[in-house]
Amino acid sequence: MNGAAFIVISVLTLAGALAAATLPNLMHAAFCLVVALLGLASFFFLLGAEFVGLALVFIYIGAVAVLIVFTILLTRRDSKEHHGINPPTPKARAARAGSGILIALAVFAGLTWAALKTQSLSVVPPHIQALTVKQIGQALMTGYVWPLQCVGLLLTAALIGALVLVMEEKR
Amino acid sequence: MSSALDQIFVHGKRWLLSWIAAAPNWIIQITSSLINIVALLAVFLTLFALMSVLERKILGRMQNRYGPNRVGPFGLFQPIADGIKMLIKEDIVPARADKVVHFLAPVILAAVAILTLGVIPYGRHMTAFTIDGGILFFFAVGSATELAVFMAGWASNNKFSMLGAMRAIAQMFSYELPLIITVLPVVMIVGSLMPDRIVFAQGEYTLGIVPRWFVFTPWGAAAFILFFVSGLVESNRTPFDVPEGESEIVAGHMTEYSGFKYATFFLAEYLGMFAVSGLAVTLFLGGWQPPARLLEFVPSYIWFFAKLSVLLFVYIWLRGTLPRTRVDQMINVAWKFMLPMAFTCVIAAAVWHYAGRGMRGWLWSLFVIVFVYTALSILLDTRRKFARRVYRFAE
Repeated sequence: MNGAAFIVISVLTLAGALAAATLPNLMHAAFCLVVALLGLASFFFLLGAEFVGLALVFIYIGAVAVLIVFTILLTRRDSKEHHGINPPTPKARAARAGSGILIALAVFAGLTWAALKTQSLSVVPPHIQALTVKQIGQALMTGYVWPLQCVGLLLTAALIGALVLVMEEKR
Repeated sequence: MSSALDQIFVHGKRWLLSWIAAAPNWIIQITSSLINIVALLAVFLTLFALMSVLERKILGRMQNRYGPNRVGPFGLFQPIADGIKMLIKEDIVPARADKVVHFLAPVILAAVAILTLGVIPYGRHMTAFTIDGGILFFFAVGSATELAVFMAGWASNNKFSMLGAMRAIAQMFSYELPLIITVLPVVMIVGSLMPDRIVFAQGEYTLGIVPRWFVFTPWGAAAFILFFVSGLVESNRTPFDVPEGESEIVAGHMTEYSGFKYATFFLAEYLGMFAVSGLAVTLFLGGWQPPARLLEFVPSYIWFFAKLSVLLFVYIWLRGTLPRTRVDQMINVAWKFMLPMAFTCVIAAAVWHYAGRGMRGWLWSLFVIVFVYTALSILLDTRRKFARRVYRFAE
């Protein structure tokens, strides 16, 4: 049953990612990205890492996806390519595509290297320990308390910064 | 006898499953989930139908009129008539709309609402979907609502829809923060994100009389009120229904929807309301725990739904009483008052815990709450700042 679930989720995730990269309508691409992210979250569920999967849904679908969608809405007039007065020459277009492919390859190579270096690949599936929320909480409160505090400080600073930005200017 | 009555649904499910005991394991798993889903849908769709007619009747009483009373006894069959009407209405999709996204938005909205209902414990051993991080699941899935509302607003290709969606997202984001932060003290005190454990933790009685529901502690009472108000906003109910303010933007993100899709929006709104009130009952009002030891013979699910109906009545009551707020005012309140007030609840809960969870802790946390809330109301008071109104752009 896990095997079937894995195949279904993989197909869904890949299809979503492919659609997000190729669809001409940016808004549709953003929605397909959400589908891909949902697939990633389901992978974490399948691996027994509920907390990570839920956090992924919470942060990426609840917040980041809405942010992306708003950014598209506020910056693009229409979905068609709109280049202003000077449309790009074929040479510039090729350079863009080349740099895009280069960056994608570099990211993929980095991720593959990281995945191959981890030891979890050698663990056979039934021996993977299901991670409970309690364990994560204890780890965050003991070993990782300084990183947690730093992130908290950063987020508080961001919150205050956002409030300062929208504060009414004095006249 | 009473425990058999208490567990009647659990036993019923086990009896149903015993019919296919010989089947492979995965079939039993899927059937078990299906039974849960069907039960959940049956109960809450019935509740939705009942609520839609009761709301109109209670609102009618509050406004000195009868409300629906033509179809069936006391107008109780009104939802059936409404359903048939909605089904046979023409489904209009605007020509310039994004057809697929336009169709998906209400579906996702309703699906999200139903998913969030799954993690709430409705009685002893009666949680449809038991998961370690149940509370987190509730909010993680619930946060997809914003995206669905945006999809509805954007796909309709209508200015009113877009404005309504913007308003809805603004208020949902603003109030999601106090909503989640008011849950934190409960999670902190119980030490678990599992709704069942949170209900169990509220099981005993202080001095044998007062149940240990969290609403009876100062931090719990404050958090409960904040949670309830934020829940009101999250489910777009009056007085916070600015996303569909009829007098300003027709019907907000639902403007371009008709027929059964429109009904689906309503269904999602009501199911979301049930889910948020159900979570409020679970977190602060002791879930399915009875209010006194003497009343323990009454089945647990009856207590849950009794508490739920009280909260739902308050929803209707507020709708019949309060006028709609202004959008900038309500967002201001979220950031300037609700957020610090919610943080205070967390601190007060910590004080309560470290002062020994007894009378001393009770008084200390009451002191923290009263002190900070009074200070907030004095410091952030904007009443005296009203000056002559200057129009920057209108002149």
